[in-house]
Amino acid sequence: MDDWRNGGFGLYVHWPFCQAKCPYCDFNSHVVSRIDQSVWVKAYRTELRRIGDMLPDRLLNSIFFGGGTPSLMHPDTVAAVIETARDIWPFANDIEISLEANPGSVEAGRFAGYRDAGVNRISMGIQALNDEDLRRLGRIHSVSEARTAFDVARACFDRVSFDLIYARQGQTLEAWNHELSDALSMAIDHLSLYQLTIEDGTAFGDRYARGKLRDLPTDDNAADMYLATQDICDRHGLPGYEISNHARPGAESRHNQIYWRYGDYVGIGPGAHGRLTLNGKRHSTEALRAPGAWLESVEKGQGTLPFLALSQEDQVVEHMMMGMRLHEGLDMDRHMLLSGQSLSDSKLSMLQDLGMVERVGSRLRATANGRAVLNSVLRELLTD
Amino acid sequence: MTELSKIRNFSIVAHIDHGKSTLADRLIQSTGTVQDRDMKEQLLDAMDIERERGITIKANTVRIDYEADDGEHYVLNLIDTPGHVDFAYEVSRSMRAVEGSLLVVDSTQGVEAQTLANVYQAIDADHEIVPVLNKIDLPASECDRVAEQIEDVIGIDASDAIRVSAKTGIGIKETLEAIVTRLPAPTGERDAPLRAMLVDSWYDAYLGVIVLVRIMDGVLKKNDQIKMMQTGARYGVDRIGVFRPAMQVVDELGPGEIGFITASIKQVRDTKVGDTITHERKGAETALPGFKPSVPVVFCGLFPVDSSEFEDLRDAIEKLALNDASFSYEMETSAALGFGFRCGFLGLLHLEVIRDRIEREYNIDLITTAPSVVYHLFMKDGEMLELHNPADMPDLSKVDHLEEPRIKATILVPDDYLGDVLKLCQDRRGIQMDLSYAGSRAMVVYDLPLNEVVFDFYDRLKSVTKGYASFDYQMIGYREDNLVKMSVLVNDEPVDALSTMVHRDRAEQRGRAMCEKLKDLIPRHMFKIPIQAAIGGKVIARETLSALRKDVTAKCYGGDATRKRKLLDKQKAGKKKMRQFGRVEIPQEAFISALKMDD
Repeated sequence: MDDWRNGGFGLYVHWPFCQAKCPYCDFNSHVVSRIDQSVWVKAYRTELRRIGDMLPDRLLNSIFFGGGTPSLMHPDTVAAVIETARDIWPFANDIEISLEANPGSVEAGRFAGYRDAGVNRISMGIQALNDEDLRRLGRIHSVSEARTAFDVARACFDRVSFDLIYARQGQTLEAWNHELSDALSMAIDHLSLYQLTIEDGTAFGDRYARGKLRDLPTDDNAADMYLATQDICDRHGLPGYEISNHARPGAESRHNQIYWRYGDYVGIGPGAHGRLTLNGKRHSTEALRAPGAWLESVEKGQGTLPFLALSQEDQVVEHMMMGMRLHEGLDMDRHMLLSGQSLSDSKLSMLQDLGMVERVGSRLRATANGRAVLNSVLRELLTD
Repeated sequence: MTELSKIRNFSIVAHIDHGKSTLADRLIQSTGTVQDRDMKEQLLDAMDIERERGITIKANTVRIDYEADDGEHYVLNLIDTPGHVDFAYEVSRSMRAVEGSLLVVDSTQGVEAQTLANVYQAIDADHEIVPVLNKIDLPASECDRVAEQIEDVIGIDASDAIRVSAKTGIGIKETLEAIVTRLPAPTGERDAPLRAMLVDSWYDAYLGVIVLVRIMDGVLKKNDQIKMMQTGARYGVDRIGVFRPAMQVVDELGPGEIGFITASIKQVRDTKVGDTITHERKGAETALPGFKPSVPVVFCGLFPVDSSEFEDLRDAIEKLALNDASFSYEMETSAALGFGFRCGFLGLLHLEVIRDRIEREYNIDLITTAPSVVYHLFMKDGEMLELHNPADMPDLSKVDHLEEPRIKATILVPDDYLGDVLKLCQDRRGIQMDLSYAGSRAMVVYDLPLNEVVFDFYDRLKSVTKGYASFDYQMIGYREDNLVKMSVLVNDEPVDALSTMVHRDRAEQRGRAMCEKLKDLIPRHMFKIPIQAAIGGKVIARETLSALRKDVTAKCYGGDATRKRKLLDKQKAGKKKMRQFGRVEIPQEAFISALKMDD
């Protein structure tokens, strides 16, 4: 059996446009004045069919519209992509079709259209529940707009998640606890809670490098916030199933779990990445990032760069890096099959003694403390 | 052979970046010595490290033919010298080989420390000095101010300083004329017994050792049998030539001329800078004055980061030593670092240059341990031992007393910074020997322990005086003092490579500073790490590095997998560059940085 089957098979569609660029965001997003959606429908379809021809006999577990701001897509555009995917692959009975939405009033007006197109889960980028911080994060919506949009989404969809960013400038532990309780009272069954990360090549990254991004919490304070977040969400019945994701058991994002369980996924659209197993060999795929260049490359017959075969070492690292993010942990038997060797007992004992990992049957799981320093844990596990 | 009156020998004195090499290039180019198609930037600097740092370590030389305005044909010999205090002796020999200097000062910057140290060497050598103001093409150029500064600070007449842009070629002709008209011709007796000064030497893979010489008296010809007056070694000369800057064979070199010889000399070690070369028969009676044997004064350990590269390191060190007589080495074993070499250097820059060359030319990652001087241990049984490495310090009960090397340091500094300099010298256990004034500049002479100087004294001096101090020193012998070995424990494990010798009265202060430094240098781990300094079994300072609590990627989805994997691969490679002590990883640079004192 090919290893990807342990994780499932999904489709990621990247919509590369936003109304404004957020200062913390390093995703592939562009601000343009006019978008001809019919051109995009055509390109998505062409590219889907090209990849689909390489991957017959697959059952599609999920579709995810990410961006950019996919809630700028016309519902017909979304419907066209979903229809095309259905022509190519049979859908699993419980297929999850998610779309990331900006919580503004205009977007809310399109929610019913997305539902009719086949979307069954919305993930909203609310980011903060206070206006001053939303402004600092460069968001174009207000808290009241977000709450309204959220109510519209709830009316249209059974499954609605939203994102918050914390460990923000000037944020105290108390303030965050308060905001989190507020969020949990709104939440249905899923929340994504990200600590603010300063990425190179973003406006925040530049400001940080110039020493102009003040009052960020210290690492110790951020660690306290992280651990408090885990506790509070546990108590509310939304335990962390991944580093930054919380869900009522059963309501986890199926699409994202394909990544973390190291399944196969098709990436369509500018800058989209994929992992595809062809003839028993796992490949990574990547598309050109600039929207115009991507459209052109699709027109010329190929919307991705040449596929790269992943080495055994690369696959071992990716499987572990992704798997250790999950509360269910890393499947050590699968690690053994991928790498040809088991994890070093002395490394495991050392990390266990430090309280960073625990063994649960054949799985290796990071503890809450271990998840807060997962990069160090991974470096330890991956070096001999 | 050239008539003495048609020869001019000169050096160029300049601070780093003031345009010495560009000016040299332009002089060579404008006289047609090198065809344009063969020009490359900084012709004289052969090694990459020199080119990158803009410093010259070996003396380089070039012979330039020049037809002057008086219609006569002149031979101009330029010797380009190292400019750093580590190589003060080598510089002094090069200076003795020429009669004049161009003092090049960046007209946008003014006189700086290194300029001073070297211009005083030129003055010591009785040079005629022609000031050259460079970079006059730049808008920030302030020729009048800088000329005034040269007069005030250095005390030489700068009213007829030549204004040059080596970059655009302005003033190059005037510079060449000044060399001919303002610098004296060399003197020397063609019929006297041969006396040639050995200015420098280096190893060439095809020709063996090449010796750079300046003929003072007599004539040197091919096939001459020669004798080195200091070492007594004898050789037959098999090649004589000059540098233009490529080698060009000539029949003979006469008085005043500068050129090279090869004589089947196997190792650079067999040649001593400053030695006098004469004929085996009917040779000179007395050698040229000023010879000093080169003695390493700073020692440190060099270890391969990857212990499997020990043999490669041995190979690299042996090859470098062939070309550098002032560099010594012997094998060393460290409990913490494994197999490596204890190496001796002329100073810190010399150390850095050798280390960089090993890393770059031989592609070996190195751990460099703290530099140390040579201590004399007087044992109770009357024996005297030389201690090159604090880790080798024997049981104190067997040691009667210990002596450390002292230097006489001369520092020239503008009045404004005098207080800071005095404080620095006092902090480094200095004893003031003299303090006098020359205009607005003070000359301070201190008796200092070398171990307080070898490490970062020069950097600190530059920093507290904003680069306006010049510094030179000479060894004045050994003296007893109350020195102890301070060891460092990281997570309760002794790290022998961090052991240092310190004065008893300053041990606690130094120990504290070192623990604090290490706390910053060692990355946080998943557990807390005690860092201690101890003398014998007694802990004198302690810091605790708290445990790492946050190190996680908040978002990692399908689109991030490749990038995050590559990042992790990079971090894994970085981790391999650290040294493991028990469960603690110490980055390589910590072994040097931990000792830097910010005072």
